[in-house]
Amino acid sequence: MRDLSLHLLDIAQNSITAGASKIGVSICADKERDLLELEITDNGIGMDECFLKEVVNPFVTTRDTRRVGLGIPLFEASARRASGELRVTSEKYVGTTVSADFKISHIDRLPLGDIAQTLAALITARPEIEFKLILTNKKDSFDFNTSDVKIRLGEVPITEPQVLTWICEYVNEGVKTIFGGVLDEILS
Amino acid sequence: MKSLAELEEIRKKTLEQISLRTDNHEMRVVVGMATCGIAAGARTVMNAFVEEFKKRNISDVPVTMTGCIGVCRLEPIVEIMDRDGSKVTYVKMTPEKVARVVAEHIVNGRVCIDLTIGEADKK
Repeated sequence: MRDLSLHLLDIAQNSITAGASKIGVSICADKERDLLELEITDNGIGMDECFLKEVVNPFVTTRDTRRVGLGIPLFEASARRASGELRVTSEKYVGTTVSADFKISHIDRLPLGDIAQTLAALITARPEIEFKLILTNKKDSFDFNTSDVKIRLGEVPITEPQVLTWICEYVNEGVKTIFGGVLDEILS
Repeated sequence: MKSLAELEEIRKKTLEQISLRTDNHEMRVVVGMATCGIAAGARTVMNAFVEEFKKRNISDVPVTMTGCIGVCRLEPIVEIMDRDGSKVTYVKMTPEKVARVVAEHIVNGRVCIDLTIGEADKK
């Protein structure tokens, strides 16, 4: 994967496959501790202990088109390359949380990428799912929630092109405000 | 600074247009969005469809995604479910090819044979 937003899309895809109706993404950048934390939480079907233990193994997957599942192993590899770690916690029938951290200044840390595009792709494909995005830098935070948008829109669908454009601009502004100057790739 | 209040404006503007539309959900675009697809650039392909539809004011063709279709070497893969129930599979898609598929296939009903999976395997 070229950037973290693509990893997010990939992991959120697992949540969708798990039948989640709510998917939350939180990105926290702490410049003082030089730490970037990403977390994806869903209320999908979850995994039992046995599957959870094996989930980072690339030869474990639920899909039937192929015998490999590379989403989580690739995400783990990206985290480890930047002195970070990946954790997966899950409870059957309750939901799953995948989190990964990265050393911000590490030369091999992937750039954040286009978070707004990832969100737009997810909303386009699954407008009925409630997506939540939280960005923080320990001082300020930015919140976005598709259910707030839907309340405002009333009978207008969230997949309306003008709405998607607005969401992208809104999220991009949030990314700039919160991570500008905190992550080197985002100018303040 | 943008605010949620702007959505009210968008709502008012789009509401009139929506009532004019016919509910014709027969054609559908499905983008393969598993790890293989994403790594190959499926996200830009999907958003290219949304952009192209916006440009041409096409609002009755939903764009959705699916998992791994099974031919990872040909990703990004896009399936178009046609009005007559048939399915066309386009492979190795790019935003440029999306513009062509929208113009020729979705708008004018002519399948872009050279971009389909059948042609890819002949090469």
